[in-house]
Amino acid sequence: MNIHIKNGRVIDPKNQLDAVRDVFIAAGKIAAIGNAPEGFVASQTLDATGLVVIPGLIDLSARLREPGNEYMATLESEMSAAVAGGVTSLSCPPDTDPPLDEPGLVEMLKYRAKNLHQARVYPIGALTTGLKGQELTEMAELVDAGCVAFSQANAPLTDTRVLLRAMQYAATFDFPLWLHPQDYFLSKNGVAHDGEVATRCGLAAIPVCAETIALATMLTLMRETGARLHIGRISSAAGVEMIRAAKREGLPLTCDMSINHLHLSEMDIGFFDSNCHLIPPLRSLRDRDALRAGLLDGTIDAICSNHSPVDEDAKQLPFAESEAGATGLELLLPMVLKWANQVSLPLSDAISKATLQPARILGLDAGHLSVGASADLCIFNPEADWEIKPAALKSQGKNTPFNGMNVQGKVCFTLVEGLVVYQI
Amino acid sequence: MRNPQLNQDGELQHLLSTEGLPARIMRDILDKAATFLDGSDQPEIRKVPLLHGKSVFNIFFENSTRTRTTFEIAAKRLSADVVNLNIGSSSTSKGETLLDTVDNLCAMHADMFVVRHSQSGAAHLIARHVAPEIHVINAGDGRHAHPTQALLDMFTIRHYKKEFHNLRVAIVGDVLHSRVARSQIHALTTLGVPEVRVIAPKTLLPTMVENLGVHVYHDMAKGLRDVDVILMLRLQNERMQGALLPSAQEYFKHYGLTEEKLSYAKPDAIVMHPGPMNRGVEIDSAVADGPNSVILSQVTFGIAVRMAVMSTLAGGR
Repeated sequence: MNIHIKNGRVIDPKNQLDAVRDVFIAAGKIAAIGNAPEGFVASQTLDATGLVVIPGLIDLSARLREPGNEYMATLESEMSAAVAGGVTSLSCPPDTDPPLDEPGLVEMLKYRAKNLHQARVYPIGALTTGLKGQELTEMAELVDAGCVAFSQANAPLTDTRVLLRAMQYAATFDFPLWLHPQDYFLSKNGVAHDGEVATRCGLAAIPVCAETIALATMLTLMRETGARLHIGRISSAAGVEMIRAAKREGLPLTCDMSINHLHLSEMDIGFFDSNCHLIPPLRSLRDRDALRAGLLDGTIDAICSNHSPVDEDAKQLPFAESEAGATGLELLLPMVLKWANQVSLPLSDAISKATLQPARILGLDAGHLSVGASADLCIFNPEADWEIKPAALKSQGKNTPFNGMNVQGKVCFTLVEGLVVYQI
Repeated sequence: MRNPQLNQDGELQHLLSTEGLPARIMRDILDKAATFLDGSDQPEIRKVPLLHGKSVFNIFFENSTRTRTTFEIAAKRLSADVVNLNIGSSSTSKGETLLDTVDNLCAMHADMFVVRHSQSGAAHLIARHVAPEIHVINAGDGRHAHPTQALLDMFTIRHYKKEFHNLRVAIVGDVLHSRVARSQIHALTTLGVPEVRVIAPKTLLPTMVENLGVHVYHDMAKGLRDVDVILMLRLQNERMQGALLPSAQEYFKHYGLTEEKLSYAKPDAIVMHPGPMNRGVEIDSAVADGPNSVILSQVTFGIAVRMAVMSTLAGGR
């Protein structure tokens, strides 16, 4: 199948390209950009006039809820949400039921996802058996099954000795660890940032030190063990500053943040909006500004959707009893674009945070449009205004704090390995 | 974001919190409450037909005999039909969600819900959910708000002190876990009290409490100096767990209101407490039963204030 994408504005951060070009795809790969390769005959032509052609988005954290939580979402629903959002690769945390702690589960997930012929799925394996924080999983076996890193997701790992051992073991084989810094005791029962809003609303609070203490432990053990660490969902100004210092020191560290923390703060909780019940909690405006600054200066490498679809009934509860999480796969692109627009950032730099940078964190040769690269692409209309309406989302998770917001940028085509897997 | 307790004409639709409740509405409620009383400290309350034919459902997801009883009496004095439901914590174990319960009660033609729930925001959730002709009164939600308690406290303060603009008020105790304290602070600042203080150890104060417009004290001698009104908070026994406080004895020594500590306040200071009191923990019996205490008046006034709230919501003028 040869595809000719005509007349689109091609943005490829890796190759520093931002110009109107034609893209030629053959045998699932980028065959040429600019002029057609010799003898190229298109079997399909996509008119991208007025549209932007970018590498497919790579989402570092998208919960698909399978296995075990199909009442929240299914692989079918979430994979179609992914491609509708222009996401061509995603990694999913291990907090399924059962958790991804056995090679068989991982193989099954990869197999089922592959058969859907939509986005590529890169599972994150459980760091400890059952995510219980006590015994290590068979990491090498899990890597053979397809895991790209190991994580506790949001499950606590309170025993520091286990964390030390896990990091030593992972470092032995150079397996990366993806960790969420949130001290168990300081965040237990908490549902909102320990600040003005939690005080006014009388919500049990999670202080910033829950993040910084956990982060300090992780960084200390990183120096001790030489493990490679990716810090997921940083939420506070103090946390960003610690990452910045650690990077300056030369620690092999990467870091991401969610679209929710990019645009929202504790203030958005308003009158107990359970759509804003998230992990980690939305913090103060000052924290949000520091996160944005960290994203700009490269302290924070990537933006992810932190897609966590939940059952709708689970949000129709008092704030603290509601389930934490929000849908995000279909909102990643418009939220990145909104940020770029707000801070007048060149589109290429912004898009890099959701394409090239996450690919590097995942260790993938992806997120770019070099000749010979797999043709994973997102083609979107940058001028299309649309209102975020839960019912129109493909994801089974309908809850988002961005409900009703007007955004710009609508995905028109998504291609994975040279095939159109989504078309508006 | 529209204030969820006011309708489009700016009138009271629900009573959910004293935060964002306009001063004029507060004053109207206090004035209306006064019409149900004869002006004395231990008045009789007449029965009036303002809510005749209306159904008031007291739904208490958290037990509170006292608050429920005062709402029941208030509704009956207004000639309403009253249904009491003590749902406790058992409803969730039966699998029925909060909103399912509410839907069922709406189908029984409730006109007004009086809601007590252990979770902050529960009354807001219900108010958002019900049809526009149904009114919701928050009778306490988690740590968030207890507006009728705060309004009856304001009524009591006005009864004894006449004005708000020249007062110094101290709130003493477990502000962190207290919905009463939050509602009192918003009511006092809205009604123009120039100086509101909170006095507590750091473990019992929420982060950035000063942003609510209060001055923070950790010492009773300093915090009570020259105050006109002392609002005591109840200290629950479970606060001794979780490393918030070492013991009730040590708490009483530093923060319990004794005659000695009362002497720092103005001689005519009034002492209030939302009840039920823990004598010997947050307040000494000599003070609770002493000449400065107006605690029993609060209870009587509470009925009149709740009548005023219900009749305001029902549009009875």
